[in-house]
Amino acid sequence: MRSNVLRHHLLTALLLGPATAWLVVFLVLPFVAIAVFSVGERAPEGGYQAAFTLAQYANLPARATAFWNTMVLAPAGALACLLVAYPVAYFLALRAPERWRLILLALVVIPFWTSLLMRTYAWMYVLGGRGIPALLATIGFDDVRLINTPGAVLLGIVYGYLPLMILPIYVSLERLDRRLLEASADLGATPLSTFLGVTLRLSLPGVMTGFSLVMILLLGEYLIPTLLGGGKVFFIGNALVDLFLQSRNWPFGSAIAITLVLVSVVVLIAANRISTRLSGARRVDLI
Amino acid sequence: MRAFVVAVFAFLYLPIALVVLFSFNAGRHASEFTGFSVQWYGKALSNPFLVEALKNSLFIATTSALLAALCGTAAALGLARVGARTRAVFDALLGAAIVVPGVVIGISTLVALVQLFGVVNPFLASLWPNDQPPRLALGYGSIIAAHGLFSMALVAMIVGTRLGSLDRNLVEASSDLYATPLTTFRSIVLPQIMPAVIAGFLLAFTFSFDDFIVAFFVAGAQTTLPIYVFASIRRGVTPEINAIATIVLVVSVLLVVLAQWQLRRRKPSS
Repeated sequence: MRSNVLRHHLLTALLLGPATAWLVVFLVLPFVAIAVFSVGERAPEGGYQAAFTLAQYANLPARATAFWNTMVLAPAGALACLLVAYPVAYFLALRAPERWRLILLALVVIPFWTSLLMRTYAWMYVLGGRGIPALLATIGFDDVRLINTPGAVLLGIVYGYLPLMILPIYVSLERLDRRLLEASADLGATPLSTFLGVTLRLSLPGVMTGFSLVMILLLGEYLIPTLLGGGKVFFIGNALVDLFLQSRNWPFGSAIAITLVLVSVVVLIAANRISTRLSGARRVDLI
Repeated sequence: MRAFVVAVFAFLYLPIALVVLFSFNAGRHASEFTGFSVQWYGKALSNPFLVEALKNSLFIATTSALLAALCGTAAALGLARVGARTRAVFDALLGAAIVVPGVVIGISTLVALVQLFGVVNPFLASLWPNDQPPRLALGYGSIIAAHGLFSMALVAMIVGTRLGSLDRNLVEASSDLYATPLTTFRSIVLPQIMPAVIAGFLLAFTFSFDDFIVAFFVAGAQTTLPIYVFASIRRGVTPEINAIATIVLVVSVLLVVLAQWQLRRRKPSS
């Protein structure tokens, strides 16, 4: 009996061992490392010097532009995604013919899993000098500038993250009990008030999941502002690449990274609070 | 609403379609299609740097996805055997591995590994006083490990979901009929979770093959295909890049469709 229990625990430990090691060495320890770096000092030659100071955090306003751009364009991008995504998710979950639903859903999932670099490149191509502007020039609109503008970055954001917004909303709408919609209509509610009072309300967990996921990933976005903003629209991601790979100020970069993670945690908690307050929280799968 | 949905799907697919179309363009310019040609594929595949980057990416994606499929599946099986509290800790860590932006994963792995190498390399050097001591450095290993973190968490999540919907009656029936736990696992559990394991592997491969930002930080002197493409894009848009982009897109689309098909299969093949 006793050896059975022992064997049970031993096997569990063996099964969880590799994953635990991986999580500790490549997630927990690295996080501890940047936390330690963020209260350190920059060595004269560009490395790290042990210290305990909040100077790096006090220096955050030096990258105010990157923070400002990110804090404006990340929520704006997430909101734009949401406005485009909701009708699509609604159609897929409640209006699409049964035999089309899985195909359409697959068409949403596929871009999510294809290279963001290649998809952003596609817009560089479309918005760039020889794309739409060249077409516009042939019908008389010369010198239209589309790429390297905040608008192009916003477009790229919506394009890149739309699938991630559609999926959780779709999941919460699909699980919605349709009898509630009928009951609402039977009780004399107008379609609009049924939508606002039942459908929208019950899909809020999906909306909040999608919104917070997109927000968090946008906080660290680098490719879209770099390729479509052309060095004019700096995000926190750009500041981090600069500080770690070019100007090599690791302690300051670590402080920015820690701030980014803290903001993400706040976003997640806030989203979670809102959705559990308004209805039960739900798990959302990414595929 | 139907018109809006059609427009959104057009929005999602038209830019990609344009890139694919113009990868077969005979001319150089994006604004006019001057005839069908595969010359840009030939140019791309005769570029030794590009082929090297492609090989690196394939190697890294295969290795990290295999490791992730093994460790992630083991973790999902292990998590089904532990208490609620341990499970919650693991779920939080696995969730963090998926949700934390790639920039942060890349940076923190870079910082931790550079510190670690700073300790380990002098130690190794002291063990090999005469010969060339082995030196740890950023490269294949660090990219595989950093990609594998996300992928393993992904596999654990997908396989865990499938384990949760496993038919308990079959497992109990099997042990009632005196099958050993190993036989029960091989003949009941494994066939049922296999589609999820395969789907997890395929998605892990796709993630690693497509990832730019994590590899950008931890690649050291190595180049992966996305890193190479990023560098070329910044020098300017060329038809060769359309050809590479098309290849990458086709590979990921095929793998994702395959993964979805695996996940949606109802009856496991035993």
